[in-house]
Amino acid sequence: MATKPDTIETQISSTKDIPTVEDKFKMIAENVTISYGDKPAVKDVTIKFKEKSVTALIGPSGCGKTTFLRCLNRMHDMTKNAKVEGKVMIDGIDLYSKEIDPIYHRRKVGMVFQKPNPFPTMSIFDNVTAGLRLNGVRDKKILNEIVEDTLKMAYLWDEVKDDLKKPAVELSGGQQQRLCIARALAIQPEVLLMDEPASALDPIATQKIEETITELKKEFTIIIVTHNMQQAVRVSDYTGFMYLGDLIEFRETKKLFTDPKNELTAKYVQGQFG
Amino acid sequence: MNVNKRQEYRTLFKQNVERRLFVDKIVRLIVISCVMIAIIPLGSILVEVFKNGLAAISIEFLTEVPGSIGSGEGGIGPAIQGTLIVIGMASMIGVPIGVLSGIFLSEFGDNRLAKSVRFFNDVFMEFPSILLGIFAFLVIVLVLGHFSVWAGAFALALIMFPIVARTTEESLKMVPVTYREAGMALGLRHWVVTVRIVLAAAKNGMVTGVLLSVARIGGETAPLIMTILGSSLFFSNFDTPMDALPLRIWRLSLLPYDSAQMQGWGAALVLILIILAINIGVRTLVLNKDDTYRFGKMIKEKIGGIK
Repeated sequence: MATKPDTIETQISSTKDIPTVEDKFKMIAENVTISYGDKPAVKDVTIKFKEKSVTALIGPSGCGKTTFLRCLNRMHDMTKNAKVEGKVMIDGIDLYSKEIDPIYHRRKVGMVFQKPNPFPTMSIFDNVTAGLRLNGVRDKKILNEIVEDTLKMAYLWDEVKDDLKKPAVELSGGQQQRLCIARALAIQPEVLLMDEPASALDPIATQKIEETITELKKEFTIIIVTHNMQQAVRVSDYTGFMYLGDLIEFRETKKLFTDPKNELTAKYVQGQFG
Repeated sequence: MNVNKRQEYRTLFKQNVERRLFVDKIVRLIVISCVMIAIIPLGSILVEVFKNGLAAISIEFLTEVPGSIGSGEGGIGPAIQGTLIVIGMASMIGVPIGVLSGIFLSEFGDNRLAKSVRFFNDVFMEFPSILLGIFAFLVIVLVLGHFSVWAGAFALALIMFPIVARTTEESLKMVPVTYREAGMALGLRHWVVTVRIVLAAAKNGMVTGVLLSVARIGGETAPLIMTILGSSLFFSNFDTPMDALPLRIWRLSLLPYDSAQMQGWGAALVLILIILAINIGVRTLVLNKDDTYRFGKMIKEKIGGIK
């Protein structure tokens, strides 16, 4: 096993390629530590996410990237034993402060999970509009408009526009995942969290989802967890490399892959371990 | 591991194929015989009930009040009516309480209160039904001073709700956590996720639980003796005794006349058919799989048409 560097802090702060103060940050995670019971899964991670950019989190299995992603949406509230310390700011408001009801933040932050999880009892239309309908939006005109808009954004509209009443579970895996992207976009979030959205998909569906991400970047702040380094290179502006719960290096994607500052990062992006 | 060793293992794994196939056959045979052993009593009861019961059934038998003892005249009209009333009332009390308790146990059941509720619920489920009958007798019949339909419905609801609670809890737990997460990530409140997403996905299991409990209370006799007592008249009001099929079957079977015993068989057949009809009816009306869709669409179209 590679030895852990003891100079993580300095490496991150000395790197000039990370977003600068002048950039507008949509989300800021400050000294975030997440533990399950006594075991920390994410250790003191600080990342700033620039508005309207794609940030990728890479790293070997079990490095804590998914755990970290889920804390940006307070999804750990549902996990017993999970404890989150530190600050997560979105638009300057601390997501974990006691007065904040997480549901308002979750409406600002859409999430796409690793495995497609359309609601099994609902049609395509109902799935996309679930977040709206179940929050009290009944206006058919608005719903129709949003369904068309979000399905087009997710590159699914042409394939399903005539079968919107069909059960969502009858779609193929790749279509289901794009449906879940549309469902996440329908609540009109400002941030989109994606947890290995293409890991269960074939190359064509993957390519479509990557096109979607590139298109969405114009409007949304996107944070994507991925196993696939080529994918990180293709879609992201910034990349963070995580290892054993530590954020080892966080820089502009191009620079992280071509000129890694840290030995571990270099080894990982060259495929020497992981 | 070297190549020779691998080859050695390959031959090892290929040994005894015939013996293993033989064992496979034996196991299959044992499984099938066990199924037969289980089915034989069930089948023979059904055959017996149909054989003896069909002869008794006529329009008069289904609609009229019982005739004089041993005459072979009259019918079981009040008993059929009473059974439907008492099952309906017990369900109205027992199903909501059971479903809500099940939701509590499954969705908020990670604390000491829920653990003790679950334990007592399980104990409650195993209670002899006559105890619940005696309980209803003490708290309703004795207090009001007369036998009543309320007491019967109360006693049956007590039998019903632990079953419904348990099956509801189990079916909700079967719903993958990913659906809950997807709902939460959409910014939905916990109860909205529970009711609109989790309950919808768990519907099949919950309906099965409710039907199971209906079948169970449909055949209960002991608690009804203590509460609605039995009667030869049609239902008049909730504060008087009422008849029910299990009570009627019990009374008829105690009589020494052939005609009464035949009517008893007939009543048993009617009870089985009622439970069967409720099962099939509810299943076709409520259950999903692809059917939710067809059925949901049908209703939407119907409602749309009326408007």
